[in-house]
Amino acid sequence: MRAAQFDALVTAVDAESGSGGAEGADDAERAADATGSDGVAFEGLAVSRDADGGYRFETPDVTAAGLPEPELRTHAEGSPYVTNWYFWEREVGRRGSPRRAFLRRAEAADDRPVPERYDALREGLVTEWGQLRIEATLGADGARRYDLRHVDDAGRDVAELDSHDDPLDAREIAKLDGDGRYRPLKTAPSLRTGWAFPDLGPRAVLEAVEAFYPATVANWYREREGDLDVSHWRETAERQTGIYDVVDELPREAVEHVAEACCVDSQCLKRREWEYEAGDDLAADGGDGPFPCREPCSVVVAASRTWTKLEREAEREYTFTLTPSEKEQIEAVLEAVAEGRVGGIREADVAEGANRYRTRYLRAKRTDESGDLCGIPTERDDE
Amino acid sequence: MSQALVVVAHGSHLNPDSSAPTHEHADTVRATGAFDEVRTGFWKEEPNLREVLRTVDAEEVYVVPMFISEGYFTEQVIPRELRLEGWDVADWESDGLSADVATYAATDTGQTVHYCGPVGTHGSMTDVLVRRAESVTGDPDVGEGFGFAVVGHGTERNENSAKAIEYHAGRVRSMDRFDEVEALYMDEEPEVDDLPDHFGSEDVVLVPLFVADGFHTQEDIPEDVGLTDDYRTGYDVPAEVAGHRVWYAGAVGTEPLLADVLLERAADAGADVGDAVEDVRETTRVAAPEADD
Repeated sequence: MRAAQFDALVTAVDAESGSGGAEGADDAERAADATGSDGVAFEGLAVSRDADGGYRFETPDVTAAGLPEPELRTHAEGSPYVTNWYFWEREVGRRGSPRRAFLRRAEAADDRPVPERYDALREGLVTEWGQLRIEATLGADGARRYDLRHVDDAGRDVAELDSHDDPLDAREIAKLDGDGRYRPLKTAPSLRTGWAFPDLGPRAVLEAVEAFYPATVANWYREREGDLDVSHWRETAERQTGIYDVVDELPREAVEHVAEACCVDSQCLKRREWEYEAGDDLAADGGDGPFPCREPCSVVVAASRTWTKLEREAEREYTFTLTPSEKEQIEAVLEAVAEGRVGGIREADVAEGANRYRTRYLRAKRTDESGDLCGIPTERDDE
Repeated sequence: MSQALVVVAHGSHLNPDSSAPTHEHADTVRATGAFDEVRTGFWKEEPNLREVLRTVDAEEVYVVPMFISEGYFTEQVIPRELRLEGWDVADWESDGLSADVATYAATDTGQTVHYCGPVGTHGSMTDVLVRRAESVTGDPDVGEGFGFAVVGHGTERNENSAKAIEYHAGRVRSMDRFDEVEALYMDEEPEVDDLPDHFGSEDVVLVPLFVADGFHTQEDIPEDVGLTDDYRTGYDVPAEVAGHRVWYAGAVGTEPLLADVLLERAADAGADVGDAVEDVRETTRVAAPEADD
């Protein structure tokens, strides 16, 4: 315990006598506070002033009253309850805020008492947030330190990883996937590996998490508190103007396809909470992602604009001649592209329908010089 | 009471560099310590405009749009997506150039949002244009013997776009620093293609009034002006075009001094920014070249 922590405790006891100090706390913290009426009361620690002017110091293990300040210091010295109080109330602060709740989640603070938690923190307490792995440890004087890295890098030595200390570096890491392609959707499950923020403080780890997964902490907290605001498809589509004004014309059936195409676990870590409209759920599964998705995102809206235009076309009949294997190959190409498997198909594996050589063979055989499948023009002359 | 700056910009689903200037200027303002929080929000990236306010703790939020002109985005999209209750463009009392601030409660969060005019129409943007000329020439005293061209997109979709170009060209002209100053456009007369016809000076600095470098500033303008036949092969700075040395500066929005405009917009709206404006002006200035002796 640093002198500043003890000074802060004494100041808080004197200032908060009579206030209770539990305003805005989460339920678990409120319960923890219920032991104290005056002075400082926090997670098993209760320090107050006695009527005679001495201090009263109480933890689950110790009760001492009538203490002059030097003796209060002796009791406070080495007490995890005191450094825990200092960390949460002076370093983190902001009771009732999403960010505080997130940090408490990182050490499962509402699930176990302080000494047990300190033991666990010394070993390292791990939580996950999408593809992020956050390991909370105990720093000096009860401060928390956080190691942030990709979940797939859990077992790697930090020396093997690109080490960062500026949380805003997360923006650059999140920008491109492992193949160097731009990730317009931050919650796509394509976060690259090979980096670490091995030693962040509480503010910095939040800053980095927010850069990797913007607004997820705020929305997780709202969901937890039961007040997540969901904007369903119709409301979101009708709100659009300009070039996106058209998306509200997308047929309901096509909105099902949108959800199935875009809003599944393989494409996004968010769990779709929006439906076609209130009381009219989509059949497509919302997925099991860790973050709630509260309205169609800008990627979905922009893609839906294209689909709205495509869906305006009337269907027509074409007659193609394909062998059964060629039909299956076209289906295999659709599947491989849609699932992002093209890059994993081996160069010479022509048994795979979506193999490049095999696809080139099909193109050579079945399309003409204009690229028309089986020589059949897309637009017929008689129309 | 704590105050936050939120910089809102378009962003892109396709171009990873589109949002880079917004992040850089936000970082510059963050480093001044003038705001308790500095955050960014985007139409096409995350956090989205719909959710950016909930990432901010402060009760007083100054929102500055990283847009060049008043128009569709500043008047419709941003206020709607930020859920500014009671938004009415008339509250800006703007002639298309003069939007400064209007204050609302955000229905999303209850925060007080001071919604500012875009960076592009602020008077100090003129200084950024001139600074861009200094950066591209490496000369903090550039002016004498030089022409200066401000390039805009043109009025195809938004008449205010040309107003902003004219406004800044007029202000640069009145500085009496460059020999000639012209406003040129991509899609209307006078066209940037005809740049040599509009300048007598051998040296001409060409500054596009765009927020970020993208295909207009990196592909269209260099080819239209004749800096290069094919943007993929790049171009020289300066490049020879019909007897002129053209110093092409790229998007003005990438100039570090633009952070100053964010601060000034917020300060005009009532934010306490302390000495941050002076700090940014000092830290982003172009150093004079070492004397060669």
